Amino acid sequence: MFESLALLASGTLVLIGALFGLVAALGLWRLPDIYTRMHSASKAGTLGSGLLLIAIAVHAGDTSTVLRATAGVLFFLLTAPISAHLLAKAAYSVGYNLDPSSVRDEMK
Amino acid sequence: MNPQAYLDFAVQAAFVLLSLSFIITVARVIKGPTLPDRVLALDLLVAAAIGFIAVLGIKTGYTLYIDIAIALGLVGFLATVAFSRFILSRGQREDGTPACEPASDASIEEDRLTPTAEPVALDGKVSQNV
Repeated sequence: MFESLALLASGTLVLIGALFGLVAALGLWRLPDIYTRMHSASKAGTLGSGLLLIAIAVHAGDTSTVLRATAGVLFFLLTAPISAHLLAKAAYSVGYNLDPSSVRDEMK
Repeated sequence: MNPQAYLDFAVQAAFVLLSLSFIITVARVIKGPTLPDRVLALDLLVAAAIGFIAVLGIKTGYTLYIDIAIALGLVGFLATVAFSRFILSRGQREDGTPACEPASDASIEEDRLTPTAEPVALDGKVSQNV
């Protein structure tokens, strides 16, 4: 019973995580400028890989795997905003413009 | 429904979806059009590779793949930080436009933000204090 429950849960997590990875790539392709693309890449991308790591933790079920997967998820959740913020700051400082359809530039 | 069959289907579907996201992300790396776009696409490529490795770990039952995923995440983070510093220290866009008006209010890097009429050579614009 518990075995099959873990299999069903990890299968569902795998599907959702892979869907989020695809959504992140689609957003990277469709959105107009670097600042909006950063939304999809750093939020949906991190969520997708984090869900897939949680899925392998649920699938394996032993303590060391769960701990390592949790450490990996925490690490990605900590580093993704830092790198995205650093990249946005660098791009804005150098002068890559916002898309013309943007309505407001709060840093101006 | 057989849970093992469901998991196998989910793993195969995840491989397909992640491969699609790989292709789309690489298309963005090729198309650009700017350097930060390419750096961001490489960042997403690392995230997708981490997810791919996790799915591979489920498929093979070999949990040592998690360590590889963590190491790849560390390398990807450091690469993105290094590329961001490079974009900042280069101080100009691809078309040779020097660091311009949006940055003129920023408190950082004020020494090289003086507006210049003509495009300046690349090595002349590299700031020494970054």
